[in-house]
Amino acid sequence: MDVSSLTIDAVRNGLLARQFTARELAGEALRFAEAENPRTNAYLRLAPERALAAAQHIDDQIARGEALGSLAGVPVAVKDVILTKGVITTCGSKLLERYVPPYDATAVIRLEQAGAIIIGKTNCDEFAMGSSNENSAFGPVRNPVAPERVPGGSSGGSAAVVAQGTAVVALGSDTGGSIRQPASFCGVVGVTPTYGRVSRYGLTAFASSLDHIGPLARTVRDTATVLGVIAGRDPADSTSAGAPVPDYTSTLDGAVKGLKLGLPREYLKDLTSETGTLIARAVDTMKQLGCEVREISLPNTDAAIACYYIIATAEASSNLARYDGVRYTFRSGSTDTLQDMYQNTRGEGFGAECKRRIMLGTYVLSAGYYDAYYLKAQKVRALIAQDFARAFQQVDAIVAPVSPYPAFRLGEKVDDPLAMYLSDIYTITGDLAGIPCMSVPCGNTAEGLPVGMQILTRHFDETTMFRLADAFEKARSA
Amino acid sequence: MRITETEVRYVAGLANLKLSDAEVRKFQADLDGILEHVARLNEIDTSGIEPMAQVLYDAEETATLRLDQAASPLGNAAALSNAPQPGGGYFKVPKVIER
Repeated sequence: MDVSSLTIDAVRNGLLARQFTARELAGEALRFAEAENPRTNAYLRLAPERALAAAQHIDDQIARGEALGSLAGVPVAVKDVILTKGVITTCGSKLLERYVPPYDATAVIRLEQAGAIIIGKTNCDEFAMGSSNENSAFGPVRNPVAPERVPGGSSGGSAAVVAQGTAVVALGSDTGGSIRQPASFCGVVGVTPTYGRVSRYGLTAFASSLDHIGPLARTVRDTATVLGVIAGRDPADSTSAGAPVPDYTSTLDGAVKGLKLGLPREYLKDLTSETGTLIARAVDTMKQLGCEVREISLPNTDAAIACYYIIATAEASSNLARYDGVRYTFRSGSTDTLQDMYQNTRGEGFGAECKRRIMLGTYVLSAGYYDAYYLKAQKVRALIAQDFARAFQQVDAIVAPVSPYPAFRLGEKVDDPLAMYLSDIYTITGDLAGIPCMSVPCGNTAEGLPVGMQILTRHFDETTMFRLADAFEKARSA
Repeated sequence: MRITETEVRYVAGLANLKLSDAEVRKFQADLDGILEHVARLNEIDTSGIEPMAQVLYDAEETATLRLDQAASPLGNAAALSNAPQPGGGYFKVPKVIER
């Protein structure tokens, strides 16, 4: 059995045709993951007991002739910032090395209710802060396509396990591009849904006005299926939206003729690399499929990085205040006073990037600076959101690059935090506006490095986004 | 220079973050560069613009309310299960007040 080529439909067909049992498939996925992991470090932990028990339940359902959930038997990996009851969840941080969550994230509960088999937890940048997965306390992940290069971040492990094929689907989280950029770097599909589309209950908070959970998979259809399972109102997350969840897969019908696509000139002006050529070729394919393409302007794009790194770090400095040595496993050995305990626990526990962002966030929120930085950034965020609202009066979707360049080398950017931040320029805007956006593979560079095309649509219009991505994927493989 | 080492130490105190002298020097340089970049926001006219604190979309005013029904809580043992120093059903911390 070759786990690496399976899709959700193939798993279902294989189970129903009795080609393999769910237990055999889970066992094979676990064996394959264990064998691959020394090469990539993509998994922080496998969950064989939980996986095999869930698989046995699916096999029992099949034996009894019961109807199966839409993800029955599908091996799924979960980013290690998403809580799994009884399975250590570290957030890529030394602080949480021994943290055993007492409850499951809503997205995890919904996956398992649909029959998914959670086989393990994936490596990521510490508290999802990073663009290369080099900020994990448990070592970087290597890109399975090019082992001397990064897989992207912060959901680097989730993208890597889907690319190497040890999981059919993975969950990631996206605050400034952390699903789409690694999907692009590893050559898989990655989806950031509308803000509020998926409950964040059980997602460790980084920047609450920007955090999303979303799926990564090898096909557009599989990401659409998974989003349909995890989306929808959750009473445990008051920011989750009540909007009805359409059947995303039923709209993958290729009906893209006449859809209007916008190409933002601000995203393409500096794009002279091979990435630019591949995006141009992808746009030609969309034209051949009958889409109308026009140039649009998103004039405040240049301000996005500055806006994001004020808002995201301000929110992070507040969210990470809870790691103070009282509740979450790690406490410094040096605790003469309460103040010592706080300061030493945090000083010893957090890695460099988390400290840098806590410092920046605390600074911009501190007395005398709030108006100049935080309030100003929130106003600029409104302008960036208005740019998109205006563009969507003219077009149905926006097509853009995901990253200015393909996967870079390990160590290439670690010493220059600003250069690392600037690499997020094309993904950050979608998070600031809260609109759905995804990365779909659009080809490889001469060196064989994958490049992703980004598709962005109106709030809650994941349907158009999936329809376009699916039509493009089929046209490319034809 | 947009931020000094003294200010870095002050902010670290606000954040309850113990930094080494080397970290203070490194973060002073890093934050200075980042603050230089974010200064570009000052060139943008935002007069009359409402700050965007949350992503907004059409929803009823009561969309975030739920029925006032009690649900089972996490429970004391589960809540304390990751505490570095639990005791008597509480989180224990170093002495705060001297007798």
